[in-house]
Amino acid sequence: MSISTARNRHRTEFLMFGVLRLSALINIAALLGICVFLVVQGAPAITWEFLSQPPRRMMTAGGVWPCIVGTLLLSCGALLVAFPTGVATAVYLHEYAGRSPFARVIRLGVANLAGVPSVVFGLFGLAFFVTWCGFGVSILSGILTLAALTLPVVIGTAEEALRQVPDTYREASLALGATKWQTIGRVVLPSALPGMLTGAILGVARAAGETAAIMFTAAVFYTPKTPDSIFSAVMALPYHMYVLATAGTDIEKTRPLQYGTALVLIVLVLGMNIGAIVLRDRLRVE
Amino acid sequence: MGSSSSLSALHREKAAHWLLAGVACTALCVLCAIMIFLFAEGLPLFFEYSPVQFFGGKFWYPTSEPPEFGILALLAGSVSVMLLATAIAAPLGVLTAAYLTEIARPAVRRVVKPFVELLAALPSVVIGFFGMVVVAPWMQETFGLNTGLNLLNAALMLAFMSVPTICSIAEDALFAVPRSLREASLALGATRWETTFRVVLPAALSGIGTALMLGMSRAIGETMVVLMVAGGAAMLPGSIFDPVRPMPASIAAEMAEAPFRGEHYHALFAIGLVLFLFTLCFNLAASFIAERYKQTGSSAL
Repeated sequence: MSISTARNRHRTEFLMFGVLRLSALINIAALLGICVFLVVQGAPAITWEFLSQPPRRMMTAGGVWPCIVGTLLLSCGALLVAFPTGVATAVYLHEYAGRSPFARVIRLGVANLAGVPSVVFGLFGLAFFVTWCGFGVSILSGILTLAALTLPVVIGTAEEALRQVPDTYREASLALGATKWQTIGRVVLPSALPGMLTGAILGVARAAGETAAIMFTAAVFYTPKTPDSIFSAVMALPYHMYVLATAGTDIEKTRPLQYGTALVLIVLVLGMNIGAIVLRDRLRVE
Repeated sequence: MGSSSSLSALHREKAAHWLLAGVACTALCVLCAIMIFLFAEGLPLFFEYSPVQFFGGKFWYPTSEPPEFGILALLAGSVSVMLLATAIAAPLGVLTAAYLTEIARPAVRRVVKPFVELLAALPSVVIGFFGMVVVAPWMQETFGLNTGLNLLNAALMLAFMSVPTICSIAEDALFAVPRSLREASLALGATRWETTFRVVLPAALSGIGTALMLGMSRAIGETMVVLMVAGGAAMLPGSIFDPVRPMPASIAAEMAEAPFRGEHYHALFAIGLVLFLFTLCFNLAASFIAERYKQTGSSAL
């Protein structure tokens, strides 16, 4: 082979690796671009009043406190339902079912549930929880809809955490005479718990940022009272943002509020995600 | 210990097993319930409105008298946005995955990967908002358009939402390609790029196929982005700068005004059903590719 073709081939390599590096860089730039933009535009709107007061004067002034409360209620409530269900499913799939046909059907169901669009979850919530169960547009309907939506996330990470537990732990416990259930409860679950927690955090973050699933089931444009039961409707950050940005009384005038709301939302959601990533990395090192 | 206590222990074991099996059905039950309720609320439309008109009609005038529920324009909007988004996201996602597995040193990887994961975590309403206030005015200015809220803008925003999906699954697939294949190629004198492009990528093709299917499923089902930046005009797009109204946008925008259990309400559920079946097909195709062409060690080639 001549020297010039060899040089050409190395030039191609250099060029194409540049393309690969560039595409990785585009992702980073996109994320940083959106975050920096929102921080710069949103930071002036963030005041104590903004965080602690309800909206006033037809949403053109005041703050987002009820939306923060609503979002936390919905997402934490959803996790309260999805976490035990998801962990139990993962334990069954990983510790009991193995590769049985029944387990394969369940896995297929989980994979497809993960792919259902959020607006379809919203329709389902409207038809089932709001109408059929008679819960109305309420926190309860929203929590159950979001729980269905986050269930695949929780199952996936919980199963991954169970996979990380070495089989020697199980064997040692069984060899000492513990039953399978005791082994799972006292040995497997405690060592998988930190890994499952990352899944729990990701689930809350996913639910907190979700809009389409709650717009027919739990969220309302404006409600003057703070929620007093699980049957009250709430305001929520993502829905509030959408309404302000598209259908407010004066879209241009409320821009600062929109930026502020967006900033609060991404700080909340990305903060939780970063927490989950840090937790996961620390677990891996150990 | 008496035999009665070991008997009750046995019962406890059995009970735990069945209890867990029961709970494990939840996800499957939810999926079935979604299907049942979509059919129950969507099918009544066809008692009064012909399915041919529904799928083939070009006009979506749900509130005029008599109303028209032709979803062809919405369908075209959804499919065109999805295809354009995938055309942007697929190379970006796969190349990023190749960067992470083939070039990046572990230390760099540990920094770059969280960025991709965080991109996936951005709430869709925030991305839609960004498309509205930044990309739309810029596009309007640069290309001299009537509106920056159009097909291209929506596809661009959607692409950034499906890149993380495509990237993380493609990365798993590339990572699973055995080291021996790379070593064999390098030993034959191929450069690292030639190894990546001619050996590693083809070996991971099934995983990349799965990644693309799931990316497309994500793109067609995404709601807030298309609701906020696609422009909302229910017409067949003629160019990438035309505003469109994809199916999820129609559902989200109109459900609040549709009279309960009226024709419009049922029509929106029927659209939801179409959307659900679309994503179900993509997901089943993804599982099928993953099962059928499973990469198992060096037998993958």
